[in-house]
Amino acid sequence: MFNIAVDQNKVPDVPYERSAGYWENVGRRLLRDPVAMAAGAVILFLLILAVFGQWLAPYDPYDGSIMTRLKPIGFEGHPLGTDELGRDMLSRLIVGAKLSLFMGITPVIIAFLIGSCIGIVAGYTGGWVNSVIMRTIDIFYAFPSVLLAIALSGVLGAGITNSLISLTVVFIPPIARVAESVTTQIRGRDFVEAARASGAHAWTIVRVHVLGNVLGPIFVYATSLIAVSMILASGLSFLGLGVKPPEPEWGLMLNTLRTAIYVQPWIAALPGVMIFATSIAFNMLSDGLRTAMEIKD
Amino acid sequence: MSVLSNAVEQLVSIEDLCVTFKTGKKPVRAVDGVNLGLRSGEVIALIGESGSGKSVTLRSVLKLHPPRRTEMSGRIVVDGEDVMTMSPARLADFRGSKVSMIFQEPLLALDPVYTVGDQIIEAIRRHETVDKATAKARALELFELVRIPSPERRLGAYPHEMSGGMRQRAMISLALASRPQLLLADEPTTALDATVQIQILLLLRELQRDLGLSVIFVTHDIGAAVEVADRIAVMYAGKIVEEGPVRALIREPAHPYTRALLSSVAHGGFVKGSRLQTISGSPPDLSNLPKGCSFADRCPDAIPACRAQVPEEVWVADNHRARCIRIEVAS
Amino acid sequence: MASDDQTIDLGGPAQPLLKVTNLTKHFPLGKDLLGRSSGVVRAVDGVSFDVFKGETLSVVGESGCGKSTTARLLMNLLERDKGEIIFDGAQVDSTDLRLKDFRRQAQMVFQDSYASLNPRLTIEDSIAFAPQVHGVEKRQAIERARSLLQKVGLEPRRFAERYPHELSGGQRQRVNIARALALQPRLIVLDEAVSALDKSVEAQVLNLLLDLKEEFDLTYVFISHDLNVVRFISDRVMVMYLGQVVEIGESEALFESPRHPYTQALLSSIPSLDPDDRTNKPPLSGDPPNPINPPSGCRFHTRCKMAQPACASQVPSLVEHSDGQSVACLMYEPDSAYEHSQAIEEVTS
Repeated sequence: MFNIAVDQNKVPDVPYERSAGYWENVGRRLLRDPVAMAAGAVILFLLILAVFGQWLAPYDPYDGSIMTRLKPIGFEGHPLGTDELGRDMLSRLIVGAKLSLFMGITPVIIAFLIGSCIGIVAGYTGGWVNSVIMRTIDIFYAFPSVLLAIALSGVLGAGITNSLISLTVVFIPPIARVAESVTTQIRGRDFVEAARASGAHAWTIVRVHVLGNVLGPIFVYATSLIAVSMILASGLSFLGLGVKPPEPEWGLMLNTLRTAIYVQPWIAALPGVMIFATSIAFNMLSDGLRTAMEIKD
Repeated sequence: MSVLSNAVEQLVSIEDLCVTFKTGKKPVRAVDGVNLGLRSGEVIALIGESGSGKSVTLRSVLKLHPPRRTEMSGRIVVDGEDVMTMSPARLADFRGSKVSMIFQEPLLALDPVYTVGDQIIEAIRRHETVDKATAKARALELFELVRIPSPERRLGAYPHEMSGGMRQRAMISLALASRPQLLLADEPTTALDATVQIQILLLLRELQRDLGLSVIFVTHDIGAAVEVADRIAVMYAGKIVEEGPVRALIREPAHPYTRALLSSVAHGGFVKGSRLQTISGSPPDLSNLPKGCSFADRCPDAIPACRAQVPEEVWVADNHRARCIRIEVAS
Repeated sequence: MASDDQTIDLGGPAQPLLKVTNLTKHFPLGKDLLGRSSGVVRAVDGVSFDVFKGETLSVVGESGCGKSTTARLLMNLLERDKGEIIFDGAQVDSTDLRLKDFRRQAQMVFQDSYASLNPRLTIEDSIAFAPQVHGVEKRQAIERARSLLQKVGLEPRRFAERYPHELSGGQRQRVNIARALALQPRLIVLDEAVSALDKSVEAQVLNLLLDLKEEFDLTYVFISHDLNVVRFISDRVMVMYLGQVVEIGESEALFESPRHPYTQALLSSIPSLDPDDRTNKPPLSGDPPNPINPPSGCRFHTRCKMAQPACASQVPSLVEHSDGQSVACLMYEPDSAYEHSQAIEEVTS
């Protein structure tokens, strides 16, 4: 009946016309966006600091002397001054990048993975399963993130691991909501109906058709949360619920330098400047990514 | 221009209109030298497929294209005034008063947060100084004019509460609120069901008859054009390839493209059981138009001379013209 | 030999490929605070028809008639509330015919050619997806995809590794047709498959559909609102109104002498192509009503010129006439409460 003959004589090395895939195009557009590239450069710089900080720092960040406490910016030997325990600010800021970035990025990555799973399952399944999952998520979403982070940290106790856990929990609901929303939209598209009409299992359809279309937007949303995560982590450290001294972490540094505001206000503001710059850079990169992904195809 | 038309009687005169869109890498020449005239009280239909330039031509009459990305040249004279040289203030006055427009999708043209009655009243009061009660009475009149049943009640309805046909009528009455002389219709019946479409087409004919309304009606459906128009202009790749009275164009189409359209399945041109006549190939790339006649690549009658230069207009009869060098003009 | 190479004609030519009985689908409108349902949309309400092997059955009707919902019910993309769908003698989604096997034999082409294709997959990957689901090895599936592209008139070298957004509407619809063919089905449901295309492209695609039907021995259910296209392509036509079948029969006979008043109105709504014979009065006034609260009795009685009081209370049944045409109208039911005048009896005899 059906004769879809496979042509054995086909010359295999005649090239097929290819075009750049979606992600290739996104990459290209991103590379041509000056703002996003500038932000990317800043982040790259910070990542270098994070990885190689301990070798780049001129002084030992833990090593301070009361004699040289709270020296101003431009002081001899200490270009960014010293903190309240006499430790070199430049070194502490450099080495602090590692922990601050880690606290900012890690919860978002883990929340992205978990939240996406929850949201995609809810979005694809629909019906009462969706309602149950999403209403549960909504309970957590109803809490302001700061309060939730603090409450969870309070319950779990201080420390890096615990604050990572509480931050991850804070970010799962918003990511899950975005994932569910995007998945529901894709679910209704004709090509998913066509895939169902071909008899594929739900998991196959999700893997082949849904993931490729939803992970992008979810990821963009998640990157916009990195800045929030950094600030929340800094806040937790500031409140004594996160990183413990003498670890260099920008939020913690803001806390410990609090009392120095009257003496050396510029020094006290420096960790805040770092947090601010990092947040802006991540946000701009996230915006650039979103624009690059909005290819009108 | 047409030999018969008297320059004084022409309500609309489009002369050598060219519209180029500058988006992306190459500019797109959407309209390429269009000449069209319309008398007062006349209905002309612009027919073509997507990319033919019919909607662009229509929107040019109200200068609706984004100014930064669009290059327009030529003249569009409506009741003595050239739209192309109008000041922005005059243009704002002009739109909606002398000329108004109806669209394919009423939901896009009607504001969802106001009742249709309110929108009509607002339109009336924008162009005339009347009090609210008078405006409301006129709105009621308009609803009766477009045959909306229970008009009093319907004035208080929101657009989404109305059915498709009702909304289209509401949009027409909104367009008529300021007593325009010219109505521009951009595929107003394309999205409607068959039984509703014929109602709207007949309504437009009635309005033409009762109000002396002139209409430029853009569509891809020749059937709709025949029901509503006095004259038809066929567009392809930004040019008018044939234009003439309805009877002449349908009975004796001169241009090969017109003939092909008329014999397509959508217009009943088939013998059941046989294969359809098709126009081979696809519409040309408007940013890269071929030399000579744009239809030559798909034309069954093409000869090498067709590709040499753009064909001039040939008068097939007194008011029936076509752009084709293969037409034998009966002398 | 691909692992999905088994299309067996179970019942022979006389058995209908599809036998649909009393198909019903209501969509709930939502519940009020107390959980009480605030109404249903009776999208498809007791629809019965057959689809014979090798024919093209067109389904026509206006907004709210239920033809798209019927298509999705046929494909089992929507769960039906009531009714049976029997495919070549076997009930769909039963031990006689597993859903996955049914899906191999019945495919669908949608209206929106762009939304029907995954924007992230290449053309050949989109086409090769379904065969792989049914066990065909990837390399072979890709070969089949390329071969099908050739069959639908798209040169594989130029199109196989491209993305949907690079193709025109007509080309994409050809891809969708190739995708529907990939499983070597027996039935293809085309839901307004050519409606969104330009007229010149539409003709090409219709010719393609006819060629493919002959080459692969297919059966089509063709849903459309364009009556000229329907007239060209159909063997039989089914007219739907407000979720029910009002008339069904051979295409030419239906177009030449439609029996149901709605069919008559619908057919005479086609714009005239003769400038000297323009329509003067619209055959129907008002808009197609909403399937939320359909009229009692015959659902068309509120707009029907021939309506009588009986039409509001008695529901007409789909009655088959001696010439094979079926109509659901009290005028044609001899023992209905409809008062037949002499003139009408002559027409219906």
